[in-house]
Amino acid sequence: MRHLLSTKDLTRDDAILILDTAAQMAATQDREVRKLPTLRGKTVVNLFFEDSTRTRISFEAAAKRLSADVINFSAKGSSVSKGESLKDTALTLQAMGADAVVVRHWASGAAYQLAHGGWLHGSVLNAGDGTHQHPTQSLLDAFTIRKHLVTDPTGNDLTGLTVAIVGDVLHSRVARSNVHLLHTLGAKVVLVAPATLVPVGVEPWPCDVVHTLDEAIETYDIDALMMLRVQRERMTGGGSAFFPSPAEYTRLFGLDGDRLRRLPDHAIVMHPGPMNRGLEISAEAADSPRSVIVEQVANGVAVRMAALYLLLAGEEGAQ
Amino acid sequence: MTGTIMGAADISRALTRIAHEIVERNDGAADVVLMGIPTRGLPIAHRLASRIADIEPGYDAEHACGALDITMYRDDLFKNPTRTIGTTSVPDAGIDDAVVVLVDDVFHTGRTIRAALDAIRDLGRPRAVQLAALVDRGHRELPIRADFVGKNIPTARSERVDVRLEEIDGEDAVILRKGE
Repeated sequence: MRHLLSTKDLTRDDAILILDTAAQMAATQDREVRKLPTLRGKTVVNLFFEDSTRTRISFEAAAKRLSADVINFSAKGSSVSKGESLKDTALTLQAMGADAVVVRHWASGAAYQLAHGGWLHGSVLNAGDGTHQHPTQSLLDAFTIRKHLVTDPTGNDLTGLTVAIVGDVLHSRVARSNVHLLHTLGAKVVLVAPATLVPVGVEPWPCDVVHTLDEAIETYDIDALMMLRVQRERMTGGGSAFFPSPAEYTRLFGLDGDRLRRLPDHAIVMHPGPMNRGLEISAEAADSPRSVIVEQVANGVAVRMAALYLLLAGEEGAQ
Repeated sequence: MTGTIMGAADISRALTRIAHEIVERNDGAADVVLMGIPTRGLPIAHRLASRIADIEPGYDAEHACGALDITMYRDDLFKNPTRTIGTTSVPDAGIDDAVVVLVDDVFHTGRTIRAALDAIRDLGRPRAVQLAALVDRGHRELPIRADFVGKNIPTARSERVDVRLEEIDGEDAVILRKGE
């Protein structure tokens, strides 16, 4: 692997290698000394064109735990706001000796362009591009599911498990990444969303689509329920609204205590954060013992450590 | 000289002797923790532990063994293809104030042990660290020595020493091969 751009490019073996490596990384995080010397002397640049707190600090923590140097570059208040192009930004980072660039961009495909533009020698990690992909998020979701629901996780995939992804699939790179990765790992994926929030052209995706959460709970034996954030900014009425009212959304797609109790006893509840409590998930569901939302954050650091290790360790130019 | 240097009986006798030496050196085995370096250091550590338990009946062989994966501490990570990270496990009691005996199959340049010492430092603070190896083939590149050695085998740098163990390879043998 040279770049991590999309979960679509990952084979089953690649994905399992990342998850197994993440498990070893997670084990080191229980120690008294959590810092490893592994990537000493390597430089990781966090290049963020979009606001993000948790993904950025998660990558920053991961790189620092592996002893890499971290440079944070946020587009706000930088040369980008003065009109610099992606290419010139990349050339600047190259000149500064970036071994890996973690990029978050509002445009779908920006990470691909950065990786294949010939501007950088280093590895590119996609930390979310537009409504396209967010591979490390889906890897941490798969890691969390495997840890909780697969008896002997190491070396194994998610065969036989059913994962429902609920909410704004249309705008969600998390949903897109997860559909491909979970399918590659052998899980069955069910998308649950109002028809207005299902992308056009969803038919060839390797998943089922249903239009209310109750229908999903009745039809499928759900092992993991992944709630997506409702992007409030897109909900204000008028012609641009995707559903009539927040109350209606909550009634049809919100996870409350009642729906939680109708899930199988072993089912886990996930959310990529940040949550809108009371909208897509009730406080009762979010804080229940079956919610693994906080653990997802910790697993995110381990998965990102694994991704950085696998991309940066190893012979230069070996790929 | 190439071919089989040690057979199953030789390996068994060498490990029994090392077990006795470990007990003798440490005035018993009460605080001794054996940390095997994967892959083949691990079964050797377990064999040593069960032999120590034969000598010192109170010794809990089950809970005195650990595994120490040194991949992330290597000094040649950027000179080789990416390595898979193995498992590190520490006995429940931890290694603080214990006597940690690092166990490896072949003691060669000393770089593995250098990495192991760094890894140990991140896991705790043992009272002492000692090194046991089934084979010492020489060619040290660092000022590191072994405390317990099964057999010293003079080798040329180009030669290869293969340790084969029942648990992994289905037989016990140490084989010296001509290098390419």
